[in-house]
Amino acid sequence: MGVGINVEHLNAWYGTTHTLQDINLNIPANHATALIGPSGCGKSTFVRCLNRMHETNPIARATGVVRMGDIDIYKDAQPVQIRRRVGMVFQRPNPFPTMSIYDNVASGLKLNGFRNRAVLDETVERSLKSAALWEEVKDDLKKKSGASLSGGQQQRMCIARALAVDPEVLLMDEPASALDPVSTSKIEDLIFQLKSQYTIVIVTHNMQQAARVAENTGFFLNGKMVEFDSTHKIFTNPKDKRTEDYITGRFG
Amino acid sequence: MSLDEQPNPSPQPTAPALTSFVAEAAPAGPEGEPSVIRRYLQTRGSGGLADRVFAGLMLLCGLSIFAIVLFILWILIDRSKLSLAQFGFHFFLRSAWDPVSGDFGALPFIFGTLATSLLALAMAVPLAIGVAVFLSELCPAKLRAPISFLTELLAAIPSVVYGLWAVFVLVPIMRDQLGPVLYKYLGWTGFFEGYNFGEGLLTASIILAIMILPIISSITRDIMLAVPISQREAVLALGATRWEMIRTGVLRNARIGIVGAVILGLGRALGETMAVTMVIGNHPVISKSLFAPGYTLASVIANEFTEATGDMYLSALIEIGLALFLVTIVVNAIARALVWAVTRGTPARVH
Amino acid sequence: MGANPFHTPPPAGDTQLRPPINLQSRRMRLNTVRRYVVNHLVTVLAVLSTVIVIVPLIAILAYLVYMGATSLNLAFFTKIPAPVGMPGGGMANGIVGSGIVLGLCSLMGIPVGIAAGVYLAEFGRGKPLAGAIRFTADVLNGVPSIVMGLAIYSLVVMRQHHFSAFAGGVALAIMMVPTITRTTEEMLATVPHSIREAALGLGVPKWRTVLSVSLKTAAPGIITGCMLAFARVAGETAPLLFTAFGNQFWSFKLTEPIAALPLQIFVYAMSPYDEWHRLAWAGSLVLIVMIMVAVTLVRIYAARGMLKGAS
Repeated sequence: MGVGINVEHLNAWYGTTHTLQDINLNIPANHATALIGPSGCGKSTFVRCLNRMHETNPIARATGVVRMGDIDIYKDAQPVQIRRRVGMVFQRPNPFPTMSIYDNVASGLKLNGFRNRAVLDETVERSLKSAALWEEVKDDLKKKSGASLSGGQQQRMCIARALAVDPEVLLMDEPASALDPVSTSKIEDLIFQLKSQYTIVIVTHNMQQAARVAENTGFFLNGKMVEFDSTHKIFTNPKDKRTEDYITGRFG
Repeated sequence: MSLDEQPNPSPQPTAPALTSFVAEAAPAGPEGEPSVIRRYLQTRGSGGLADRVFAGLMLLCGLSIFAIVLFILWILIDRSKLSLAQFGFHFFLRSAWDPVSGDFGALPFIFGTLATSLLALAMAVPLAIGVAVFLSELCPAKLRAPISFLTELLAAIPSVVYGLWAVFVLVPIMRDQLGPVLYKYLGWTGFFEGYNFGEGLLTASIILAIMILPIISSITRDIMLAVPISQREAVLALGATRWEMIRTGVLRNARIGIVGAVILGLGRALGETMAVTMVIGNHPVISKSLFAPGYTLASVIANEFTEATGDMYLSALIEIGLALFLVTIVVNAIARALVWAVTRGTPARVH
Repeated sequence: MGANPFHTPPPAGDTQLRPPINLQSRRMRLNTVRRYVVNHLVTVLAVLSTVIVIVPLIAILAYLVYMGATSLNLAFFTKIPAPVGMPGGGMANGIVGSGIVLGLCSLMGIPVGIAAGVYLAEFGRGKPLAGAIRFTADVLNGVPSIVMGLAIYSLVVMRQHHFSAFAGGVALAIMMVPTITRTTEEMLATVPHSIREAALGLGVPKWRTVLSVSLKTAAPGIITGCMLAFARVAGETAPLLFTAFGNQFWSFKLTEPIAALPLQIFVYAMSPYDEWHRLAWAGSLVLIVMIMVAVTLVRIYAARGMLKGAS
C-alpha cells in the first residue's frame, strides 16, 4: 500500500540558483498527483527532492521537511533507504545496457544482494505484468538485452524495474514525453491501475494527461507552487489567475 | 496548449484485461503487512560505511599519481646529494667526464641531447604537420583509416626495435651512401667533417625524428579536428582556396595547440633512450660535425649506470637523471597546457 | 522603382550588367593565379610529406618483419641462448622473463590505475583535485622511462642489494598507472549519466553502482586501455636496465635478476655476434606482432565507436 507525503517549507538550490521556493504540499496516499507547469519551473527538481536524488548533484542543496508516513526523509533516514521505498521513472528510458531484461527488472533486488531465485523469478514476472510488458517479452527474458527493446517497451520495463522493489511511492518524471502516442496511452492506463496500490506523483507537460490520470494536480511556476487542488477544480475553476492563464494556454 | 473541452472529472472505465493483470500482480503478503521484498530491503544497511571506504580507497589510488611524482623527485634528489654537494650547479656547465679521477661535468650530454632533439624536431615538425594537414583536410576518406592506423602502429613500436633497425640499416646507409653525399654537397658548411662511421649525431637525430613524428602528427591532427567547422566554412564562404582555408581557418586557430604538439614531441625526444644509445656513438664530446659521435643525458645513464663504481660516479649519473626528470616535467607541463587550451571541451586522447 | 542609392544603373545601351570594379584587371588575374598555384603547391607538399613519411615507415616495418621472420624458428621459443659461437639457442628465457615481469607489473599497476581512473570519473567530477591529478598523470606519461628505472633502482635494488624481477615489475607498474588512469577515466566518462541515476534511484549504494553499473558498462573499453598500456610497457627496455637487469639463464624467482625480451634484444643487437643479431631480429618480430595485435584490437573497438584511441 502507498504512503502519503507531507512537504513543508521545501527550498532547493542548484549552486546559487534558488530552484524551489518554499514549497508546501500534501500528497495523499494511494492517489495519483500530477504536477504541471512550464519548462524550468522546478517540477523535476521537486520530485527529485522526494527521493533524495536531488543531492546526488554536487552543487545541489535542499532544506525543509519532507515527511513520508511518519519519518522525515532527510533527518531520520539515509538516502539509500529512502530510494528503496520511493521508486522513480525517468523522462528517457534508461535500461542497463549490459543486462538482460530479466536482470534489468531484477536489478533493484540483485544489486542489493537478494539471491532467492524463486522469489526473483516471481517478482520479475509480477512486475512485468504490472507494467503490461509480460506478454511481449516473456520468451526473451534472459536472451535479449534491456537496450534492444523499443522506446515504449523500454520505458515500461523501467516501470517494471521500479515496481520490482515494491516501493510505497512511485515518482514519474514525464514518463511518456519521449514516447509515441500508443505507448503513451499504455503507460497512462498503467498509472491508472497502479494508483490503487502505490502513491503516484507524475510530472507532466501534458495537461490532458494530468486530467486523465490524476485525482490531484499541483501547478508550479518559477520555483513556487502556485496552486494545489483536485484535478477537477484546477482545470474547471482555478483560484489563481496564473493557473488559469497556463491552463488556457496563454503561456507555456 | 489549450483544452478543447471540459476535462472529464471521473476517470474512464478501464479495459478488463488490464485490471486482471494488476489483480494478479498484488504483492505477496496479507493486507497491511510488508512483503518479503520490503522486509528484505528494510533490513539491508544503507551502505554508508561501504561507500566511505570505497570512496576513500579510490581517492588513495588517485593520490598515488602525486605520490609517484613526489617519490621520484625525492629519491633522485636524495641519491644525488654527493654530486650536488661536490659540483653544485656548475655540474651542468663543465665538460669533464672522467670516472677514474672522479671529475664529472654534464655539458657534453646537454649538448648531445639538445643537438639531437632540436635537429630531430627540425626534420620531423614540417613533415608531421604536412601529414596532419593531409590526413585531416586533403585525404580521401578511404585512405584515412589505413594511414592513421599505420601512424598509430608506428608510434607504438618500442624504442629498442627502432634502434635495432637503425643499427643494421640506417648506420650503413649513413656510412656508405648518405654521408658521402652530404659531405660532397654540404661539406662547405663545416657540419660534415671528420670520419664518418655511420654512428653519430646525425644518425641519432634521424632515428629520433622518425620516432617523434607519429606523436606530433597525431596530436596536430586532433587539434586541427578540434577547430570548429564553422571557422572553415566562414573562410571558404569568402572565396578562399583550400590552402587559404587551412591556413586562416584552421592553422591560425590551432597555432597554440600545434606549438604544444611540437613541444610534446620535444619532450619525447629529450627522454628517448634506447634507439639513441644504439647509434649515437656514446662519446662525451662536443663537436660541430654532425658525423661525430655524441652522448645524451639518457644514453650516458643507460650505458654506464650498471658499471658505475664509486659513490660519486653513481651520484653524478643520478643527478643527470634528476635533471632529465625535471626538464621533461617542465616541458611536458607546458606542452599539455597549450594543447589543453585548444582542445578544451573535446575529449582528450591519451598519447 | 523606388530609388535605391546602392544600385548603380547599368550604362545606357548595355544589356549586360558590369560590376563596378574591373575584376579582370591584370593585377587581379595574376593574384588569382598565384593563389591557385600556391594552393596546388601546398597540396603537393602535403602529399609529398605524407609519402616521405609513410613509404620509409612501411619499409622499416617490412624489413623488420622480413628479418624477424627469417630468423624465427621453434628453437627461439623453447631454448635459452647458446654459448657464443654456437648456433641455435633462443630467447625462451626472455619471453618467460618478460611474462613474469609483466605479470607482476600488471598485478600492481592495473588495479591502482583503474581505481585512480574511477576516482577521477566517479568521485572527482568538477573538483580541482581531480583536475590536478589528471594533469599530473598526463605529465607523468611523458617522463622518460629510464628515470623510473633509476628511481626504482634507488628504492628497491639498493635496499635489497641485488637486482630482481620484482624491482622490474615495480618500475613498469609506475609507468602503467598514469596511462591506465587516463584511459579508464575516459571510458567511464562515456557511460551515460542516466543509467547511474537509474541505479541510484533504485536504492543501490554508490559503491555498488560504480562497480556493477559504471565499470560493467565501460568494461570492454577499460580492458582495451589496459591492453594498450600493457603493449606499451612490454616493449620498454630502459626501466629494466637496472632493475630486472637481465639473465642469460632460466630464472623464475622474483628476487633474482631475470631476462626480458627487450633487454635481450638490446644486448644482442649491440653484440658482435651474428647469431645473436639473428635472435635480436626474431625477438623484435615477436614484440611487433604483439603490439600489432593490441593496436588492431583497439582499432576494431574504436570502429564500434566506444574508445577514442590511445597510443
